[in-house]
Amino acid sequence: MIPVDRRFYVLLASLAVATALLFVLSLGLGQVWIDPRLLIASWGSPDTAEAIILAEIRLPRALLALFIGAILGLSGAVLQGFLRNPLAEPGLLGISATASLGAVLAIYGGLTAFHPYALPLAALTGVLLAVLLLQTLVGRSGDILTIILAGVALSSLAAALTSLALNLSTNPFAALEIVFWMLGSLADRSMVHVGLALPFIIVGGGLLFMTGRALDALSLGADVAQSLGVSITLTRLLAIFGTAIGVGAATAVSGAIGFVGLIVSHLLRPLVGQKPSRLLPASALGGAVFLLAADILVRIIMPERDLKLGVVTAVLGAPFFLWLLLSLRRRSA
Amino acid sequence: MISFSAKSLSASIRASTVLEGVSFDAEAGELIGIIGPNGAGKSTLLRAMAGLLPHRGSAEWNGRVISQMTHSERSRLIAYMPQERTVHWAIPCRDVVLLGRLPHHSRFAGPSTADRMAAEDAMRQMDVAEFSDRPFDTLSGGEQARVLVARMLAQDTPSFLADEPINGLDPAHQIGFMRTFQAFARSGRLVFVSLHDLTLAGRWCDRLLLLDQGKLKSNTPPDQLFTSGLIEHVYGIETTTITLAERLTIVPCSDKRRPNRTTAGEPTEKTLNDRDLI
Repeated sequence: MIPVDRRFYVLLASLAVATALLFVLSLGLGQVWIDPRLLIASWGSPDTAEAIILAEIRLPRALLALFIGAILGLSGAVLQGFLRNPLAEPGLLGISATASLGAVLAIYGGLTAFHPYALPLAALTGVLLAVLLLQTLVGRSGDILTIILAGVALSSLAAALTSLALNLSTNPFAALEIVFWMLGSLADRSMVHVGLALPFIIVGGGLLFMTGRALDALSLGADVAQSLGVSITLTRLLAIFGTAIGVGAATAVSGAIGFVGLIVSHLLRPLVGQKPSRLLPASALGGAVFLLAADILVRIIMPERDLKLGVVTAVLGAPFFLWLLLSLRRRSA
Repeated sequence: MISFSAKSLSASIRASTVLEGVSFDAEAGELIGIIGPNGAGKSTLLRAMAGLLPHRGSAEWNGRVISQMTHSERSRLIAYMPQERTVHWAIPCRDVVLLGRLPHHSRFAGPSTADRMAAEDAMRQMDVAEFSDRPFDTLSGGEQARVLVARMLAQDTPSFLADEPINGLDPAHQIGFMRTFQAFARSGRLVFVSLHDLTLAGRWCDRLLLLDQGKLKSNTPPDQLFTSGLIEHVYGIETTTITLAERLTIVPCSDKRRPNRTTAGEPTEKTLNDRDLI
């Protein structure tokens, strides 16, 4: 048998190679195939139409798929480890729903017309308020069930308010924009979006990666983890704020893209020997692979219909979620 | 050498007091049993001692108050084993035991060769080396308990706190565990175990702490406790004492609270009171 350690590094290396290949493929694919090598050849001074398309349309799209996929995968792995629940993912904490609400209010209020940053900043504000509310609700106890229930309550409230905004919207174009935005997509994003989301994703990802050791200890329960020198409060703050900052920024530019963290973490867990800390880098890479692949898929299946990425991940994700529930039930039966 | 001292230790859970003014001292080399009926506060006492619970009064290890120690200082003094033998995720036993080494390796480094060797050594001591690659959840209750004790051993602390470690195990395992805990104490550690089996408690422990409704009722070697009549009163049972391996221990015989076990027509309370006078 191959030792677990070596298997783990082989897995990480394969995921990294897959990420790189898909990234290049994502650059090349579109309405016309453009050789990705042109990007480097014309770096800094794109002079042809093809070079401009690569640098200003394809590159931001591929970069966003890479980083948003990574942060979604990573935060899924962290939340599952922290909540010790294989069904946890960033959507559960209400992060995606409140980011959507912020964005929708910005569209509804017409703020998006004033400044390109208005929408993502409104989404981030929504997430920040939600996380502060979540912290207040959970309080010092940090009880897992309270966290999950508070997340569900926040999600429902945000969804209801989003519907209300839609309901009251007198402008059909605004309503359509809201609906399309909520579906989640990486199409037509620019380097401005990358520049906005990337710092937050990197900071959030950094916070999330700091939880690895604590998550391992937490697999023995909160009391034992604490007796092994782990601070539960610090771990909770890292997990919640890391997710809020990283996934909040991701949702702010892409709209809600669900199920990535759930699927990727669950598929990779057996391959890393079940250890939560090892799942973190694997899940980050896996999330990038998944989202790059899904974003390529939406361009291949129906190139002329503008199929939304969030729709594809949900169509793949929801049945997977059901299958997961069933298999968990079978195991415990 | 490790020492422990509880000074009027009290704790409340959701506004009800579950531990009240418990004071005692303990020294390295002792195996101390914590006994008492369900809900007497055994788990709460252990958790307060480990600093896992807000409490009043003080729990002092080597003269230092636990609530003023950092998490990492605590993790080098005390290893704690909770009552539930749960490990989330199907983690292989080797990794479960290796988690005991967390306090010893630096924050961002993985386990060193020395850590791996310490974990393997602990697994050999607890006779679970053969389960190294098996996921924890595929083991039997006794095997799981042995892996978790190995985890505690790998932590290599001068004191162990184990909450009902032998619950739900067969007699061979129960005796094996008590023997192991005694050996830990004889090797210079301070070991606390909470127990429900009074006979085993008397046979193996050097001293017994008897808790009843959060209060410490007795703190003596087993033979003194077993001849004091306190066991019968606190548990509401009738007992008989026997001598095992030159030690006096106790065997519960019948419960006094059930009316059909007492003389017909006589109220149960009366029987209890009668017994109290002895």
